[in-house]
Amino acid sequence: MTLLIAFAAVIRRDVLLAYRHSSELINPLAFFVMVVTLFPLALGAEPLLLKRIAPAIIWVAALLASLLSMETLFKSDFEDGSLELMVMTPHPLSLLVLAKVIAHWLLSSVPLLLMTPFIATMLGMDTDVMMVLLTTLLLGMPVLSLIGAIAVALTLGLGKGGALLAVLVLPLYVPMLIFASGAVDAATSGLPVSGHLSMLSAIFFATLTLTPLPTAVALKMSLS
Amino acid sequence: MPEFILEARQIACYRDERTLFSCLNFHLHSGQILLIEGVNGAGKTSLLRILTGLRQPDEGELFWNDESIQDLAAAFYRDVAYIGHNNGLKDTLTAQENLQYAQALAVPTLSIDEALQQVQLNGYQNTPVRYLSAGQRRRLALARLLCTHKTLWILDEPYTSLDKSSIQMVEQLIAAHVKQGRMVVMTSHHETHLPAPLVQKIELRR
Repeated sequence: MTLLIAFAAVIRRDVLLAYRHSSELINPLAFFVMVVTLFPLALGAEPLLLKRIAPAIIWVAALLASLLSMETLFKSDFEDGSLELMVMTPHPLSLLVLAKVIAHWLLSSVPLLLMTPFIATMLGMDTDVMMVLLTTLLLGMPVLSLIGAIAVALTLGLGKGGALLAVLVLPLYVPMLIFASGAVDAATSGLPVSGHLSMLSAIFFATLTLTPLPTAVALKMSLS
Repeated sequence: MPEFILEARQIACYRDERTLFSCLNFHLHSGQILLIEGVNGAGKTSLLRILTGLRQPDEGELFWNDESIQDLAAAFYRDVAYIGHNNGLKDTLTAQENLQYAQALAVPTLSIDEALQQVQLNGYQNTPVRYLSAGQRRRLALARLLCTHKTLWILDEPYTSLDKSSIQMVEQLIAAHVKQGRMVVMTSHHETHLPAPLVQKIELRR
């Protein structure tokens, strides 16, 4: 019961902080929209090509936008000492870490998910393909936050870890990107997508259960 | 009243192949204060971080009620509160929100209003922390100790940026805490006026 209270308090606090620091909330979303909007401009009058590569554009933009907001996950807590407080509770740190990651997903990914239908329509995507794309984003975005959390926790003590973070994390995103684009490709050609989606769900559940523990260990290492 | 004992056995800490301290032993019982003194760079903060379990001692072991704190792990933190150099407060949250968060992570005791009253911050409940002065933030961090149930307070320079009357107030809070059969470990550069019979001193030399 007390664990539940602590879990909820961590989420509530992070949402409240983001609400007070609204630029952190808006920047990744603005970045996402801007990057996607640049593609039609750069490609010129090629609606068919645009329609074909639209899912890839959206996925890569979402990936980079999530990376952009990744550092905020533990950075400010590390700097002002509240991370020490979070470590020094009787509750399992991995679960409090999970609460922080859930908050991060709520704040960084959910706005992108809500924006995607509009963006997809702008790029001329068909509705059924868009639904599959949304499903892959729904399963894939939490994976981004969960895997990113390990890397952020590891690079906390290094000061400016921005570029290193991207180098560490982007290769780990590859399997998920492959299955996500596989699903969308299959949907475009009218093939069944359940195989790809099952793989994506498997990746989602594996990271959900396996990443909080190493993240907690990495956090303790960064603090010591 | 349950009796608590914090015991250090042969603790050592090295940094950059320099020995900060070694073979450090002490027993701290309920109702006692451990005051750690020493010049800058003598390893006071390192010792405190070892006592909090955030940092592993390079040699030796720490025991809380005869159980190694490494084995106790998270259970140790049911009893321990720590204030480091940073106050662990969120600038954009109000004083009340900061304390609410602290209470949610621990066992609450005093109400937030009472705790703020005790550190003379009454009326600042809804003020965002970024509008508080350095001394007021330090006092708010101390209020966090008051509103949660913790046996052992570990305080790193609690008097930093406090004025004379605030220092006196904090000393009274520490004395009251110890009187309830609990304990405090702290470092300080300032002259302290803590009840002398209860104070153990460790001086770290370079």
